[in-house]
Amino acid sequence: MYNELRDYMIALFAKNMRKDGRKLLDYRKPIRVEYDISPKSAEGSARVTIGKTEVIAGVKMEVGEPFPDTPNQGVLIVSAELVPLASPEFESGPPDIQAIELSRVVDRGLRESKAIDLDKLCVKEGEKVWIVFIDIYPINDSGNLFDAASLAAIAALKNAKMPKYDAKEDKIIYGEATNKKIPLNKTPISCTISKIGNYILVDPSYEEERVLDARLTVTSEKGVINAMQKGGINSLSHEDIMKMVDIAIEKSRELEKAL
Amino acid sequence: MKYEKRFSDRKFDELREMDAKVGIIERADGSAMFKIGKTIAIAAVYGPRQLHPAFLRNPQKGILRCNYNMMSFSGSGDRVKPGPSRRSREISMVIENALIPVLDLSDFPNAVIDVFIELIQTDAGTRCAGITAAAMALADSGLTMKDLVSAVSVGKVGDKIVVDLDKEEEDFEGGATDIPIAMTPRTGKITLLQLDGEISKEELDKALKASRDACNKIYELQKKALKEKYGEKNV
Repeated sequence: MYNELRDYMIALFAKNMRKDGRKLLDYRKPIRVEYDISPKSAEGSARVTIGKTEVIAGVKMEVGEPFPDTPNQGVLIVSAELVPLASPEFESGPPDIQAIELSRVVDRGLRESKAIDLDKLCVKEGEKVWIVFIDIYPINDSGNLFDAASLAAIAALKNAKMPKYDAKEDKIIYGEATNKKIPLNKTPISCTISKIGNYILVDPSYEEERVLDARLTVTSEKGVINAMQKGGINSLSHEDIMKMVDIAIEKSRELEKAL
Repeated sequence: MKYEKRFSDRKFDELREMDAKVGIIERADGSAMFKIGKTIAIAAVYGPRQLHPAFLRNPQKGILRCNYNMMSFSGSGDRVKPGPSRRSREISMVIENALIPVLDLSDFPNAVIDVFIELIQTDAGTRCAGITAAAMALADSGLTMKDLVSAVSVGKVGDKIVVDLDKEEEDFEGGATDIPIAMTPRTGKITLLQLDGEISKEELDKALKASRDACNKIYELQKKALKEKYGEKNV
């Protein structure tokens, strides 16, 4: 069904051009981060736009029990809801595999880079710790939700202020934020590189996503890789991967500047 | 209990500050944002398109399907669990009923018009904000409409009839009655009416009168937002 589109795109790629006028290694413009878009209800929130793609992330915090194997650490839970508002292809219902993959890729980037200092989110060892919920909502899926969602998640974390916690009553007093920030050590950035035919490109549009052979999401911080996820039905060579990693690390600086 | 002065310092018939924008979601056939005070609703329209499951299809005309959803972080207390709840399903249904009267779906047998409403932040009046946004999104999608739909919540806080209650007023310890209302502004016909609280017949009459003026103000803003996208001539 997409064969003609794919052939047309590949012909353009040969001239380092894309349907929307970009070069292969250009992100759409603008890349923008807007903070505190839901200040009354969320502890932290942010809206990221990459071209026409728009993703919102919000942070809510609760106090609850730690996992038994990490009794002195806070808990991080990342979810994504691909609400049908954002694309004709999304459907109502429980998270499908696309939503699950998106949230897990964002989660792993944050978790493996130890972006949040979870030790500092312990209230009482083995009993009470802070639970940090990050909820991700695409508003418009014009392509590359991975990079937009990761950037929105880290932006919302940076924006968050811890709510007031009444230890005696074991109750959070929402609406009375403290000035304390969520302890962040690092700023991991995800960058997704796609391969269509023999061409490697960044920031796919939703049409490019339909025809891609493979993609690789690389989450890195200061040149160190923390998480990767290959997607797509075709294979990548060792050389492909090293080239993609190089591009991802370089491009992640561009994304980080928007924060 | 006496309610002398509104928490927000507004006059009793004064709406919160509003903002509206049409055409905010590229992938949708129609879309809009409506903000009233701290309540922010966005709406997207998809369709007419094929309806699944097939047994819902109506060979006489298309159907309207609305989905109201609060983002997990948009509540005033704990995180809201994602996915539909009894509350959100009922609200979706009354929103459908509020919007259907202005549509003529006889040209679209077997098809569906989907309206998705998402709340980014809530401070009461969310179903009304959702309806107001959805009406603009439907107009933006190019569907034939007899009128827009404008919605506001009115009610009684303490001893006063007020317009556009916020959360603090809904929770007023001296008692609050909340009456969400949607109307077709050109005719003043009411397409959504709910009530929670305690109110006399005379007070209800006053509240309904107040809702007409308030909806007219919202209607003006809806038209302005549509004109911003489409220009003066085409609205």
